[in-house]
Amino acid sequence: MELAQTIIAHYNHWITIFLMVAGLYVVVARGNMVKKLVGLSLFQTSVYLLYISPGKIIGGTPPILDQGIEVYSNPLPHVLILTAIVVGVATLSLGLGLVVRINEVYGTIEEDEIFEQGDDDE
Amino acid sequence: MIAQHVPILAVMVPMFGALLATLVRRGDVAWAIGLATTLATAALAVLLLQRVLIEGVVSYAIGGWAPPVGIEYRVDLANALVVLIVSAISALIMPYARTSVNAEIASDQHAWFYTMYLLCMSGLNGIALTGDAFNAFVFLEISSLSTYVMIALGQSRRSLLSAYQYLIMGTIGATFYVIGAGLLFTVTGSLNFVDVAERIATSPYDRAVLTSIAFITVGIGLKVALFPLHVWLPNAYAKAPSVATALLAATATKVAVYLLVRLYFSVYGIEMVFVRQPVVEVLLVLSVAAMFFASFVAVFEINTKRLLAYSSVAQVGYMTLGISLASVTGLTGTLVHLANHAMMKGAAFLALGAVAYRIGSVNIDRMQGIGRVMPITMGCFVVAGLSLIGVPGTVGFVSKYYLVLGAFEKGWWWLAFLIVASSLIAVFYVGRVVEAAWFAKPDVEMAQVKDPPLSMLVPMIVLTAACVFFGLDASLTAGIAGQAAAALFGGVQ
Repeated sequence: MELAQTIIAHYNHWITIFLMVAGLYVVVARGNMVKKLVGLSLFQTSVYLLYISPGKIIGGTPPILDQGIEVYSNPLPHVLILTAIVVGVATLSLGLGLVVRINEVYGTIEEDEIFEQGDDDE
Repeated sequence: MIAQHVPILAVMVPMFGALLATLVRRGDVAWAIGLATTLATAALAVLLLQRVLIEGVVSYAIGGWAPPVGIEYRVDLANALVVLIVSAISALIMPYARTSVNAEIASDQHAWFYTMYLLCMSGLNGIALTGDAFNAFVFLEISSLSTYVMIALGQSRRSLLSAYQYLIMGTIGATFYVIGAGLLFTVTGSLNFVDVAERIATSPYDRAVLTSIAFITVGIGLKVALFPLHVWLPNAYAKAPSVATALLAATATKVAVYLLVRLYFSVYGIEMVFVRQPVVEVLLVLSVAAMFFASFVAVFEINTKRLLAYSSVAQVGYMTLGISLASVTGLTGTLVHLANHAMMKGAAFLALGAVAYRIGSVNIDRMQGIGRVMPITMGCFVVAGLSLIGVPGTVGFVSKYYLVLGAFEKGWWWLAFLIVASSLIAVFYVGRVVEAAWFAKPDVEMAQVKDPPLSMLVPMIVLTAACVFFGLDASLTAGIAGQAAAALFGGVQ
């Protein structure tokens, strides 16, 4: 019973872990380059949850100073994750940009089909 | 007044240089901006090292917000050394870059290339200087993203594929690092390295801290190209433009090794990392595997750039081996090898860049007899290669001396034997290139080839001379590395 309670009480972590592993699985298991990037995004997004969810203090208000309020949620994770989101967007857009260029020169975005075309230099 | 702001300037100068280079859009102007900024940053790095040698640890509060609330740049000998490596190598490669980039990259993309070069340098300096776990992640991504672009600018269509694969691996690595930093943040509520270290010591949540060590080791391990997380590296190095390869091989992995050292020794502390987590065993086995496996693969490579890339994986093995010895001598070996490997790999890749510039290929069968027609270039390659092997009188010997000494201190004579044995494999892969370059007769076409122009020769010669100079008189490099290692072992100061 106690174990079940612990498991349910930390449901945010279970969601984080599920997203993390699912994202990583998609990156490894898919040969389609766009799908790989989707998995990568999922993986990165799980980290946002890892940071943000412990920052919420139950019964705490948003971190705005006011009279009569003593318990605030931690604002720092939000700031950090805002930065991480920007990094994630930059990575995803660069990745997609590369996929567009790869599609132009190889005519496909399936990894195994590209490897079949071999290395031009050797 | 300005001297006080040197730590942040070492990051901001190249970053603004990058901005300017983008705005001008013209390749030659962007190159001039790049040259000016890299030289200025190198001067700043020298100033910084001087100041640390005189004053001790320099702490700089960004925006005037006192740490641990604000972001702190905390410079001791270890990062001052790394910043000097990054800045000096970047400045040395810049004069070389112009000719090589003109030959290898389409002219409308020159400005982009220099922008990415400067951004990468700025990011690497940032990782080295910052005392904040999350700030380190942001700089890690700045340097990585610019690296992906530089690789994608390579000539072959495989460059795009290599860049994509590195992007996937690199992002997984960086995300593992943030997960580790996030766990640390959840436990301690702080991101400042010094503050986190103090709070870990009194924290009751050991398990989260130990887990974060695992995440951070794997995450940075990917960036370091620690065997078996190295698969991105050979393709990335082989397919990038020559200038980018030289820059990355000489600086990028070194900064990642530094970050690992910083987190292990200044944040987690020796007890957490080496006693309560099996980091010694894991790093030791992986390092030795890298030294042998990667060197062995290098012996059979036809593409010399890829050959040297595998050699880099092996050399990174020596650096992590020094960490796994968990002693001052071992760590000195690691830190001095950061500088030494930067010199020798820089020189070797610059020599190959010159070969690519003259004959348009770096395949070993196309390089028959090239030593006779490009004697200076291949001479530099030979000296750098001897240094990779670890011949006395070159910097490679100094690094291996400290590593072997560290192994003997532990009583691990078998490890000393393995270090020497793995160096012997280096004799074969360097030997194959030397044999093709010097002992074969150049054919008619090859006889027309000459050494590259002076702007390419001088950086190469300077780095090669550094390989010999610091190999004969290691008091400067090994002295700084030794002091830095002792300070890191003293824990947080």
